[in-house]
Amino acid sequence: MSSVEHPLRKYLRPSVEATTFCPGCGDGTVLTSILQAIDELGMTMDDFVFVSGIGCAAWIISPNFNADVLHTTHGRPIAFATGIKLNLPEKKVMVVSGDGDLTAIGGNHLIHAARRNIEMVVICANNGIYGMTGGQVAPTTPREARTITTPYGSLENTFDISRMVQASGASFVARWTTYQPRQLTKSIKKAIQKKGFAFIEVISQCPVQFGAKTGAGSAVEMLEMYRKSSISVKKAVEMSPQEIEDKIVTGEFIDTAKPELCEEIARLKERIRGEG
Amino acid sequence: MENRRVRTGKHFMMGNVACAEGAVAAGCEFAAGYPITPASEIGHTLAKRLLEVGGYFFQTEDEISAICAGIGASWTGKKVFVPTSGPGISLMLENIGFAVGIETPVVLVNIQRGGPTTGAPSMGLQGDMVQPRRGSHGDYEIIALCPSSPQEMFDHTVRAFNLAERYRAPVFVMADAFIGHMREEVTIPEPDELDLTYRRILEKGTDPSTVKVFLDEEVAPMPIFGMGFKTHVTSSCHDEYGNRNLIDPTALDNFIQRLRNKILKHRDEIVQVECDYDNCELALVAYGAVARCAKEAVRVARSKGLNVGYFRVITAWPFPDREVQDLSHKVKKILVLENNSGQYYPYVKAEAAGRAEVEFLPPQILGQVHGLDYVVQKIEEMLR
Amino acid sequence: MRTDLIIAGVGGQGSLMAGTLLGTAAVVFDNKKALQTQSYSSELRGGAAVTWVIVSDEEITYPRVVHPDILIAQAPQAIVRYLSQLKPGGILIVDSDMIKDPPRNGYELIQVPATSIASKEIGNSIVTNLVVLGALIGATQVVSPDAVEKAIHISVPKSKVDMNIKAFHRGLEHAPK
Repeated sequence: MSSVEHPLRKYLRPSVEATTFCPGCGDGTVLTSILQAIDELGMTMDDFVFVSGIGCAAWIISPNFNADVLHTTHGRPIAFATGIKLNLPEKKVMVVSGDGDLTAIGGNHLIHAARRNIEMVVICANNGIYGMTGGQVAPTTPREARTITTPYGSLENTFDISRMVQASGASFVARWTTYQPRQLTKSIKKAIQKKGFAFIEVISQCPVQFGAKTGAGSAVEMLEMYRKSSISVKKAVEMSPQEIEDKIVTGEFIDTAKPELCEEIARLKERIRGEG
Repeated sequence: MENRRVRTGKHFMMGNVACAEGAVAAGCEFAAGYPITPASEIGHTLAKRLLEVGGYFFQTEDEISAICAGIGASWTGKKVFVPTSGPGISLMLENIGFAVGIETPVVLVNIQRGGPTTGAPSMGLQGDMVQPRRGSHGDYEIIALCPSSPQEMFDHTVRAFNLAERYRAPVFVMADAFIGHMREEVTIPEPDELDLTYRRILEKGTDPSTVKVFLDEEVAPMPIFGMGFKTHVTSSCHDEYGNRNLIDPTALDNFIQRLRNKILKHRDEIVQVECDYDNCELALVAYGAVARCAKEAVRVARSKGLNVGYFRVITAWPFPDREVQDLSHKVKKILVLENNSGQYYPYVKAEAAGRAEVEFLPPQILGQVHGLDYVVQKIEEMLR
Repeated sequence: MRTDLIIAGVGGQGSLMAGTLLGTAAVVFDNKKALQTQSYSSELRGGAAVTWVIVSDEEITYPRVVHPDILIAQAPQAIVRYLSQLKPGGILIVDSDMIKDPPRNGYELIQVPATSIASKEIGNSIVTNLVVLGALIGATQVVSPDAVEKAIHISVPKSKVDMNIKAFHRGLEHAPK
């Protein structure tokens, strides 16, 4: 019997035999899309340092990626990644984590990394709930959705993460669902090549917690919902807020060039060397 | 360029500035911090000095980010410094435990101020002495040094870097506002007179899945990022190769014990005390600025014919257990002086139990180093 | 021989800077020992400012000033707060522009119109502290005038050196011989 290896298997740690994702989880799509993007760009894992926080999505890279991987504390991966990037500016630094990690407990670091426009790719797998800890409400949970800590439905407003990151000063911001892996891969490729802070939000299904608790259903039902509800950024501009309310606006929100922090620091050091 | 790292010569220098100069002289290339009284002068000095030597001071959005950026930077192979005060340490504690767990060299300084809470930012209190030891959750060991002068702010900062690099661990310099803002003579040696330690780094080309890069009691070489090691570093319980293991009870036991033993097995190289209590009936135990008061009180008391000695704690953690045992064998009474309400005292008392009688003397006013007459009077009372 | 001093005023008068210059002169240029500590309020200008300085021929062990040999008062609050701590027979130096009727009992009083000398003769009230420092050195020789001048050279911006030295000299001249 000849063994056929998956073309992306070479990017995974040889010791990894299975992932920790539940059946139907969207994190597998996120994992594949990242590796596909790296593969298509002809890069190697040694070009990267990967950083994650705590939660299901943090385990997309840890321990799976056969690369320098730093699995950190809850909410802080961007802060760690910033320290790495400032000292290894020639490497690509990528943060992969969940919505609770990056926007609730770690929201401040996300805002400031975007403001600094430090070159970094941040991929946020947004499943709208705390999965690993048992299905609690998240800042990204839809209003009125029932979770284990909002048994009568959530009373809070839902975070529009991508718009927040864009407003904070990021160079590149895109949002896709796991129903759009090709578009997602294309945006990840752009993000990796971006000289600046690049953020990608991936709306990702969690059938076990979100699906079961909120009534969104199985993985297939949730993907079907993503297909039906997604509209492009361009189309959304022409629609009223009421019309957009239940839609998922997907696409690239911003793709611009502006001064990047590591380059600015390098320039300053050069200047000081010249004066000295 | 390299010579600019060491400001050789005699200076009348503030403790906080001496601390920053110590870091630069020790080879620090990256520091991260958030403005906080009474530690800010360290950041002010580093902001300029690190750029002069090709490094960078990164002012973060909060202290949590400072310790995290510092740990990230350390994993690129840089010597890293994170100066702050007690409230900053309170915010950093979770990630100080992370630095312990993933064996990251990082030097922290706590310029302690008057607390609890916001307290009195510009007043010095030795109020956080147990915080580095027990502040982060879980079971771990830590190294903490106690300078008692601006000169020692320089010297101990250099030593803290050496210990951090040697043991792949976070190391604290526990100063306070009184010492941090004190100016005194600071003599900075020639660059070649500085004895500097650099961490062992995994040999290039080595596959870290075949070599123990964690949990080695003799300190494993560090598989730093950016060299193609493909290291897996995790905050989760892990084995010697960095593999996560959350299932086996023995894995957690191994994880905790080895990290502790890495420090405890080398305690003789880490623990420093200053002793002068041979044939004395009573000894004063103190550290930091209060140790200077104790030393002077002993001199005055001896001039009055009182049989009193002196024991200065230089390394607060790991606890100098054998040294305190020796002390408690040789003297009958011990008086612990601290500029707090008795934080280190229970540890001394427990160690001396059954051998020497141990008392505690707080300052007359918390935050103000003990008056000399007040201490001498207490010595007289205890020897009466 | 150990001399303990307090220099006290309000934020912005340069009390702390005077103490640092004194310590620098002692340590770097006079081969003596010195130790300075300080306290200040949260408002950087106008609040209470005080610095404690110890100058000694020997190693300084005890780091606090409890009963100073010399009190330099640049503002009335300094008298209220610190005069009671002054050693009997100690020296009280006051800026007589700021403190009109200083109490006179039990110590040597030196009055210097430092603020008016600085603002009218030198042309900048920012060097009031140097006039006061000059008076101190002239009266006590706690460090040498030469050492203070050298300390000024390494401590203040080049463009301000002359102004500071001029103020320091006016203070020296004003001290009782």
